[in-house]
Amino acid sequence: MKTTYRECVRQALREALLRDPRVFLMGEDVGRYGGCYACSKGLHDELGPERVRDTPLSESAFVGAGIGAALGGMRPIVEIMTCNFSLLALDQILNNAATLRHMSGGQFEVPVVIRMATGAGRQLAAQHSHSLEGWYAHIPGLRVVAPGTLADARGMLPTALADPDPVLIFENALLYNLEGELPEGAGAVDIDHACVRRPGSDVSLVTYGGSLPKTLAAAEVLAAEGISAEVLDLRVLRPLDGAAILATVDKTKRLVVVDEGWRSVSLAAEVVARVAEEGFFSLDAPPVRVCSEEVPIPYPKHLEDAALPQVPKIVRAVRQVLHG
Amino acid sequence: MSELTRERGLRLLREMLRIRRFEERCAELYQAEKIRGFLHLYIGEEAIAAGVMPELLPDDAVVATYREHGHALARGVAMNAVMAEMYGKWEGASRGRGGSMHIFDAATRFYGGNAIVGGGLPLAVGLALADALQKQSRVTACFFGDGAVAEGEFHESLNLAALWKLPVLFLCENNLYAMGTALERAQSQVDLVAKAASYALPAARVDGMDVVDVGDATRSAVAAIRRGEGPRFLELVTYRFRAHSMFDAELYRTKSEVATWRARDPIALLRARLDLGEAAMAALDAEVVSEVDASVAFAEAGSWEPVERLTTDVYARRPP
Repeated sequence: MKTTYRECVRQALREALLRDPRVFLMGEDVGRYGGCYACSKGLHDELGPERVRDTPLSESAFVGAGIGAALGGMRPIVEIMTCNFSLLALDQILNNAATLRHMSGGQFEVPVVIRMATGAGRQLAAQHSHSLEGWYAHIPGLRVVAPGTLADARGMLPTALADPDPVLIFENALLYNLEGELPEGAGAVDIDHACVRRPGSDVSLVTYGGSLPKTLAAAEVLAAEGISAEVLDLRVLRPLDGAAILATVDKTKRLVVVDEGWRSVSLAAEVVARVAEEGFFSLDAPPVRVCSEEVPIPYPKHLEDAALPQVPKIVRAVRQVLHG
Repeated sequence: MSELTRERGLRLLREMLRIRRFEERCAELYQAEKIRGFLHLYIGEEAIAAGVMPELLPDDAVVATYREHGHALARGVAMNAVMAEMYGKWEGASRGRGGSMHIFDAATRFYGGNAIVGGGLPLAVGLALADALQKQSRVTACFFGDGAVAEGEFHESLNLAALWKLPVLFLCENNLYAMGTALERAQSQVDLVAKAASYALPAARVDGMDVVDVGDATRSAVAAIRRGEGPRFLELVTYRFRAHSMFDAELYRTKSEVATWRARDPIALLRARLDLGEAAMAALDAEVVSEVDASVAFAEAGSWEPVERLTTDVYARRPP
């Protein structure tokens, strides 16, 4: 079945709402407007304003209300329009959602799902181009996932809703128009494991989310040069699938990490650190990171392009780890 | 105002005295280094928790602040469990993991113990939203201080609760100071009832030193909320007799101001109203002190959570 990433998200939301009366969707313009990215288009009319609930521009209150409703027995899906605005709800996510189970001695749980768009690449300038999933992946008590494929866009939500802990879903906004084939009956997928998207033998390209299509494109370019690159999609950013990272590095002996976050103190840094700690002797060359340049993302296209990971940069990084 | 029966009066007096004696002992135990971390005493403000809680039903929810020993005790969290929590013992209300600022109790639907000023308000809105969606007639009582009124979360939460007509009782304990900053030094509009009312929900000011007034105001507010009339806001004007925390030298207020408020001690006020003699008061006090003694013994005898359990309850399930 030919479909889009956006439609996969929409179908996942619709199915979740139809399947479980405890599930409701809330966020800014998710209802009548149909969602800033049209991910909930039609759901308000089909399911009503209680289940598909428009909120005021009060990120802290409606994210906190989602956490409270989860404590109260519901299964809320909270949409934050973009991760840029999630900073206004950081207190609720960090101090409440992430802490309550442990701090209450296991008495309370917070089965909330918080979705948000992430990433740059649309000339939206510095305040609308953040990739903050790495910040959230720092926090114990949260699960953080980044669907990079149609199947994950369709299948991660039901698994996240079934999880008793808070799950944050980061959807890279550039992926919403991604087209592809989805098998009939595609459903829930696991939110524990990384996945090899392209097997290879010469170098491991570890990435996730919006950088996955770029990394796969780079692998294609490399194949034409006779370089066999393995692409590992992390999928789950917390807890990281460390075994999968070590396994691919053990196989290829070389590592390039592609991450749209800024380079310093990034997810890419965590991946490299894990390999340094636990896979050091597998390595035949120093690992290389392809991340965003350490600037606020600028508006003009040529500068924005230069600031983000791109296929040629990934290809150059691979040549560097292969040939020094 | 309802008539104050002697039975109700004595019950309220006992509850306030339980909180007072418990906290006086906590202050001693802090000096003895049995209790560590931050310790924020409620002494002087007991009439609020003692007045509010009897007006709630067991299935209602409570969201409190980091100055919440009184709320926990008045809500019915066992004193033993609260004291053990102060010690950080495994037998504590939160298994010792929260301490003074983070008392949780699922059995009484006591949702903490929130140490970020204003952070509990969105949670209370969400608990009430869950009740509304599940067609429950439960009420969520949310305590916070005057300092929280300066936070964005206060304004966002009152707006959301009023917009969606959610069953929340907002209880602002106005003790006139946000730690050391007086209300008039922090807020352009010091009329907190006017602020709350601007979100189109009924709001009223109550003498927070009069436990009977607190109870009566809570009763009518809770009844309206349970009738489906949406949220209510009460400002309870009170005063903290002790320092903000154990690290506070109290340089921001005068001794005479403290003395003026101490003359309106809620326990003394109610005792005078009940005309309770020395012997009866001493007998009540002895009962309360023996409960406190027992809680200290319970906490002393408690155990430390094994270090091997440090990372349990971070997630419900471990990665496979």
